[in-house]
Amino acid sequence: MHEMSLMESVIAIVCETAQLNGASEVKSIRLDVGVLSHINPDSLLFCYEAVRRGTIAEHAALEINRIAGEGWCLDCGKTVRLDRRFGACPDCGRYQVQTTAGDELRIKDMEVI
Amino acid sequence: MCTVCGCEMATLEDGKSKTGAHGGEHDHHRGHQHDYGHHHDRHSAEHGALQHHQRIAGVHVPGMNPERIVQIEKDILSKNNAYAAENRARFGRDRIFALNFVSSPGSGKTSFLVRAIRDLKDRMSISVIEGDQQTSNDAARIRKTGVPAIQINTGKGCHLDAHTVGHAVDDLAPEPGSVLFIENVGNLVCPSAFDLGEAHKVVVLSVTEGEDKPLKYPDMFAAADLMILNKSDLLPHLDFDVGRCIANALRVNPHLRTLTVSACSGEGMEAFYFWLEAETARIAKASQ
Repeated sequence: MHEMSLMESVIAIVCETAQLNGASEVKSIRLDVGVLSHINPDSLLFCYEAVRRGTIAEHAALEINRIAGEGWCLDCGKTVRLDRRFGACPDCGRYQVQTTAGDELRIKDMEVI
Repeated sequence: MCTVCGCEMATLEDGKSKTGAHGGEHDHHRGHQHDYGHHHDRHSAEHGALQHHQRIAGVHVPGMNPERIVQIEKDILSKNNAYAAENRARFGRDRIFALNFVSSPGSGKTSFLVRAIRDLKDRMSISVIEGDQQTSNDAARIRKTGVPAIQINTGKGCHLDAHTVGHAVDDLAPEPGSVLFIENVGNLVCPSAFDLGEAHKVVVLSVTEGEDKPLKYPDMFAAADLMILNKSDLLPHLDFDVGRCIANALRVNPHLRTLTVSACSGEGMEAFYFWLEAETARIAKASQ
């Protein structure tokens, strides 16, 4: 379950940034997680409960923004919707699709005191 | 509230909210760009957070909400990737050719490495980092071949990360110009996300698994540069379509190179050795 190490990274980055900004508590954290990324948001939330304990983010709410999958189909020459990683173009059915959105794994911002 | 840094300075002057207006009263935004997420870190380091931002914990300004938004905009994997970049720089400096072997458990990674090391150890200097949740069985198997090996036990972790690998490299101290094999934890999911600083990920798949594994676990086959289809000596006893398996892998990653081998009989291993020597030479030439 790599969500545990990813969540540890999130908490480490958040706590470092909070300290650099002189904050005493993190109130909320927002993540961008694309639907085509290799993380499961439910697992992230589960790991978050364990990882945040004893840190200044202990009581922070975690908000996960899901970003829809999008790709550039070389055959159709246009942007198409992608529901699955390395999936086929929904229009032509071929696999010449380069993912352009939906694989984000980003800590966007946080609210601190 | 300013959506860039979360400050609410605008309410100070006349009591009216000027949310979102970056006007003249908002002068702490002058002279620097809110262009990327490291901005606040940089400012805090340069000026001290307490001077720069008036609204932080412990500094009470009447009429101001002490909460604020801090932009981060950092990749969740950025910590791991920074360690991976350090490892990669070190490998480049010392001309160490590092390969990260990934697979499901039981594909025959360790047997493959043992065979390759026995065949190659007189031709090149090799050392090995072994990753497993528990036991040092695999490192012991490697050491029997006479090359140095170090075991990383990840405990409950399901993959190696760049930080632990960096420490293992410190302890192992591979010779300049050598080959470093990193055998990751047997798991076709998590190790795909973690760059260790290696030159290539090599995914080992065995013919006793399904031809559709590349479609079931696409991230790993997309992250790899070479696929080794192992246990080819068992093909006569199995209903496994090599062509279909390779086609599935290429659908996920058109740039993937594939080799069919048997670490048991030795069939096809020479092709891997050729690839290894060619890649080592290419990297050595590139670093000159």
